[in-house]
Amino acid sequence: MTLKHISIKNLIRRKGKAFFVLAGLVIGVSTVVGIISYIEAMTSDINHKLEKYGANILIVPRTENLTLTYGGFSLGGVSFEMQEIREAELAQVSSIKNARNIAALGPLMLGVVDINSHKVLLAGVDFKVSAILKPWWQLQGKLPDENGVILGAEAARILKLKPGDRFETKDRHFVVSGILQPTGSQDDQLVFARLSTAQALFDKNGRVSMAEVAALCHDCPIDDMVGQISDALPGAKVMAIQQVVKGRMQTLGQFKKFSFGISGVILLIGSLVVLVTMMSSVRERTDEIGIFRAIGFRKRHVMQIIFLEAAIVSGLAGIVGYMLGWGSAKAAVRFFVDGHSGIVPFNLELAAGAFILALFIGLVSSAYPAVLAARLDPGEALRSL
Amino acid sequence: MSYITAENLIKTYGRGDAVVSAVCDVSFQIEAGEFVGLMGESGAGKSTLLSIMGAMNAPTSGTFVVDEIDIYSLNSEQQADFRREFLGFIFQDFCLVPYLTVFENVMLPLTIVKKGRKQKQVMVENALSQVALLEKAARLPNQISGGEKERVAIARAIVNEPPVLLADEPTGNLDSKTSADIMKLLQNFNSDGMTIIMVTHSEACARYARRLMRVSDGKIVADQPFFGKHLAN
Repeated sequence: MTLKHISIKNLIRRKGKAFFVLAGLVIGVSTVVGIISYIEAMTSDINHKLEKYGANILIVPRTENLTLTYGGFSLGGVSFEMQEIREAELAQVSSIKNARNIAALGPLMLGVVDINSHKVLLAGVDFKVSAILKPWWQLQGKLPDENGVILGAEAARILKLKPGDRFETKDRHFVVSGILQPTGSQDDQLVFARLSTAQALFDKNGRVSMAEVAALCHDCPIDDMVGQISDALPGAKVMAIQQVVKGRMQTLGQFKKFSFGISGVILLIGSLVVLVTMMSSVRERTDEIGIFRAIGFRKRHVMQIIFLEAAIVSGLAGIVGYMLGWGSAKAAVRFFVDGHSGIVPFNLELAAGAFILALFIGLVSSAYPAVLAARLDPGEALRSL
Repeated sequence: MSYITAENLIKTYGRGDAVVSAVCDVSFQIEAGEFVGLMGESGAGKSTLLSIMGAMNAPTSGTFVVDEIDIYSLNSEQQADFRREFLGFIFQDFCLVPYLTVFENVMLPLTIVKKGRKQKQVMVENALSQVALLEKAARLPNQISGGEKERVAIARAIVNEPPVLLADEPTGNLDSKTSADIMKLLQNFNSDGMTIIMVTHSEACARYARRLMRVSDGKIVADQPFFGKHLAN
C-alpha cells in the first residue's frame, strides 16, 4: 500500500465531493477549451471570409510626383517617369514567401473612352478573379466576351444602355452583356471589359494600370506581405489598405480579449469551487489526518495525500474538460456559423495545455487545504473524535 | 537512567483567570518492559498525560525523555519520526480508517517506512495472526465487530514492533469477555518485552498491569507495583 493507494481509496469513498471538484474543474477547463477552439474556428472562418471580401493590397506603377507652387498659390502637381507594370511581372507575386496567403490577384487596365458623347472610365479586369475580389457584385445579364462590356448601375443610367444594346468606341463595336446592381462604390460609374479587350483598346498589350490583391492571414503581418511583394516587383509601388486590415484584426482581437476575459472568470470560479470543496474535505477528515499524524506520518506525507487526490481529479478533469470543450466548440460552430463545416481539428497543444491548466488549478487550489491538513496537531485532531 | 523519564510535567489550558491545569508537576520513571496502568476519574488528566507521553501534546513545562531522547526538544517532524519508530497507539474508539480494509489499516504505519513490499506484507500478516484476524483481512471496519475492531487497532499499533505501546481505554467499548481477551493479548506483548502504558477506568483491566499509577486532579497520587493477574500467572 502506498500514499497513492490511500488517495484513490478516499476519492472512491467520497465520490460526491470528488465529483464536485471534478465538475468545477471540468466546467472551467471545457469553457476555456471550448472558447479557444471556437475562436480558432471563427478566426479561420472569418479570415477565410474576409479574404474574399475585397482587396487589401494595391500594386500601382511607381511615379515621381512634383508639386507646383508659385507665389504661395498651389498650381497642382504633375506625375512623371511613370513605370507601367508589365503583366508578366505580376507572376512574381506568386513566388513570395507568404504566397499561400494570397486569395486573389486582379490586374486592372484603366482608360477613358467616349460612349454616346460621354467620357467614361473603362476598366479591363479578369472576371474570374473579380468573383473573388468583389463577391458582392450582382450581375443582371451575363459576363462579357471579348466584344462585350458590363456597366455599373450609374454608368448604365447616364449612358441609357441596357443588356443587349450596342455602342461604338475607338472604332470598335461592343455589346452590353450585363448591368451591375448598385454597389455604392466607384464600380457604379465604370464600364468593365475583359482585360485583354481593354489592353487592345488602349494599345497597351501586356501591361496593366494597377493590380489588386486580397490577402490576409492571422499569423503573418500584412506589412510583411507588402514588403515581400515590393521586393518581387521593384518597379511598382505596393500599398496596404491599412484601414481594412487593421479593422479586421481589431475585430478579431476584441473578440479574443472578451472571450479570454470570460474564460478567466470561469476558471477563477472553478478554482474557488476546488478550494472550498477541498477545504471542507480536509475539515471532514480531521480525525483521519490525526490518525495519520499520530502513527508517524510527516506533514509532507499528509500534503502528498491531498495533492495526489487533487492531481488525480484535476488530471481527469483536464482530459474530460478538453473532450467536452472540443465537442462544444464543434456543436457551437455548426450552430452559430453559417456554412461552416463543423470541423474543429484536434489540437494536441491545446489538449496538453488543458491538462496542465487543470493540474495547475487543482494543485494551486489544494495548496492551502493541504497546508492546513499538514498543520493539524495530532493531539488536537484526535481530541475531536 | 530509566527508559522513560518524566520530570515536573505541567500542562495548562487557557489563559489568565481561565487557566485549567490538566497535569500538575508530575514526575515518574518507567523502565523498559514495564506494564503500567494509569487509573483515575474522568477529567483527572490521564489522557492528557498519555498524549504527552505520545509526543502529541507538548507540556507547558517539564521534560519528557524516552531512551535518552528529550521528546519536546524535537521539532514536529522529528516527533512524527519518533512516534513512528518508538510508539504504538491504541486509541479510544479504535480510530480505524473506514475506507481501508483490515489489512490496509494494519499496513498504514508501514506505508511510509522504507521496506520491501513482501517484507511489509509479512509484518502485517504476523500482526494480524497475533490478534487472530488474518482471515478477516479483506473486510472493511464496518464489517467486523467491536472486539475485532479493537484487535485491528492493536495489530496496527504493534505492526512495526515498537518498544512502547500506549493504550487509551483499550476496552472501553467492549464486553467483559472480549475485554479479558484483549488484556491477555496486551499481557502477551508485555511478556515479549514491550513496554505498555495503559489508561483505564476498569479495575478489572488494571489488574493486568504490573504497576499502577493513580491520577487525580492532574497529579499522581499513588504509584505502586501491582500483582493482580501476574500473581495468578
